[in-house]
Amino acid sequence: MPTPLRSESDTAYMPTDSALTAEEISFRYSPFQSGRPWTIEQATFSVAPGQVLGIVGPNGSGKSSMLKLLAGLLRPESGTIRLTGRALKDLTALEIAKTLAMVPQEQALVFPFTVAETVLMGRFPHRQTGWWSAEMGVERGEDLVAAHQAMAETDVLDLADRLVSELSGGERQRVMIARALAQAPRILLLDEPTAFLDLNHQVELCALIQRLAKERSLTVVLVSHDLNVASLLCDRLLMVKDGKICAQGTPVETIRPEVLRAVYGCAVVVDAHPQRGVPRVTLGVMQ
Amino acid sequence: MPNGQAAPLSSTASGGSLSDSAVQSAVVGWARSGAILTSRRRWLVLIGLLVASVVVMCFCSGFGAAKLSSRDLLAAIGSLLTTGRIDGAVDDTVGAILFQVRLPRVLMGFLVGGTLAIVGATLQALLRNALADPYVLGVSSGAALGVALAMLLGMGTIWVVVPVLPLWGFAGGVTALMLIYRLAQSHGHLPIHSLLLAGVILNAMLTAVIMFITSIMDPARSTGLIMWLMGSLTPPSWVNLIGIALYVTAGTLVLLYQAPALNVLTQGEDTARSLGINTEGLKRRLYVLTALLTGAVVAVSGMIGFIGMVIPHAVRMAIGSDHRLLMPASAFVGGMFLVLSDTVARTAFAPAEIPVGVVTALAGGPVFLYLLLWRKDRMT
Repeated sequence: MPTPLRSESDTAYMPTDSALTAEEISFRYSPFQSGRPWTIEQATFSVAPGQVLGIVGPNGSGKSSMLKLLAGLLRPESGTIRLTGRALKDLTALEIAKTLAMVPQEQALVFPFTVAETVLMGRFPHRQTGWWSAEMGVERGEDLVAAHQAMAETDVLDLADRLVSELSGGERQRVMIARALAQAPRILLLDEPTAFLDLNHQVELCALIQRLAKERSLTVVLVSHDLNVASLLCDRLLMVKDGKICAQGTPVETIRPEVLRAVYGCAVVVDAHPQRGVPRVTLGVMQ
Repeated sequence: MPNGQAAPLSSTASGGSLSDSAVQSAVVGWARSGAILTSRRRWLVLIGLLVASVVVMCFCSGFGAAKLSSRDLLAAIGSLLTTGRIDGAVDDTVGAILFQVRLPRVLMGFLVGGTLAIVGATLQALLRNALADPYVLGVSSGAALGVALAMLLGMGTIWVVVPVLPLWGFAGGVTALMLIYRLAQSHGHLPIHSLLLAGVILNAMLTAVIMFITSIMDPARSTGLIMWLMGSLTPPSWVNLIGIALYVTAGTLVLLYQAPALNVLTQGEDTARSLGINTEGLKRRLYVLTALLTGAVVAVSGMIGFIGMVIPHAVRMAIGSDHRLLMPASAFVGGMFLVLSDTVARTAFAPAEIPVGVVTALAGGPVFLYLLLWRKDRMT
């Protein structure tokens, strides 16, 4: 395991120039129907380069919508999202794709693509833009190099000629992260990266995400419903309930019994992780 | 970079190059195992298929009511090449049969089959469903209804000047496709069952309207219409053949241009958009292109089913999913398949001819059922 996540005070992580900021963003589905509630309401936060930000909260609290807003897949009704200082709405999809990669929770695996083919798809935003050779031609050397590197980092090189549909959940998640890395992003968004994974794969994936943040100085924003995973993995947390940010800060600042009672509406026991000292959540005994 | 150790990376710049031996050997391995598509593999497959297509077309030109020997064929082709005349040096009947009847029909079959297969491959990627096909989804019926309406209104004869029938086919096809998409979509997903169900219902309704049209037409014309609806190839005039060839070749090339984006689209819409694709624009382009091609093909050959579903599927199993090879290869294989099916259709019960749509449906239907059963547990 790498060195402890955080020994310094949180101020050391405060952004000077942030990778991603959200300024008072609000969003709702079907805005033209009267009386639709906000999915995200007046959310303001920022992520510093190299930082791992976790978005946590109960089901239906707007976590995934928040991630899609950051990815530019949804447009906020009001407020501004900035990607390395530039307003997201002024950027084309292709420009966003060169800076920001996303691994959605659901993966369509209808067709039998190999692992190498899947990872190479991450090179799509960087393809040549001439006409014949560009669109129909096969990948250039630098695409292959980038894919190879991404696969080495996520440890899927041995799977290169396997079909993605035949892989285990943990392997598949690593392949999807490799595809995102092949995109050469500075910011990586992950939607529930550890959901449906066995314990060993959860541990593996957490280690991978931390290593990437450190070695690639990759900014990571992830959604998780697992507070203990988020506590171990993230530098900062956003605690979301009904589309509003209830608390933000380090895990120590946010994972507190009174905050969790307000967000989840139930009693929990919070103590310190025996090895890492970060908060650990245990279900309280019902009385 | 030492093998197996992840290099510290800052974007793409620092992590080695293709001359790096570890990277190079890995890439060579991928190419060899077929894990990635290489330029070499693509051209080898396509040239092989081109040669096979020419062989199949020559072979099938020899079959028919009057059997032509390969010597006759060679002589006729030789005279075409040396004199530039298609009837003359050789026996007049042979030349006439070959160049007025057989060859135009074989070429038309190849164009129609190839177009149906590439449209099927595109629809499968667009709808992320290996069972999609213009026939199953009702796009062909929509196009057929458009064409039948045009015929009812007496516009069937002037299409050489203005391609009236393909345009009506296009209008019908694109309407059907939009309807299917709207009907089957729920919460941004296209569940396989609602897609197929919507296709079945739409097919039934469109067929009912077409049957209504044939029933009010005068019997002399409706017989021809029914034969056409069942899917049949007739020897076209060379002018029509060249017209349709230009039309579908242009459409196919534009479709092929979308192949890399289609690869990404199969990974899901969120993924495609986060990789920089304007998915709405891409989908709209693909709807229009597939409906344009389906409309044209239905206008000349009626409803020939299952090629669009079975051929891309078989080709995918053989050469992989990358649409940059899958689409052109499907076109060649689909063309060959229809030429062979049509040869069966016109010789099996000679002198009577059965509609080629019957042959392809009898061959393709069981494959469809097999896929539906076999994949049931894998696709929900």
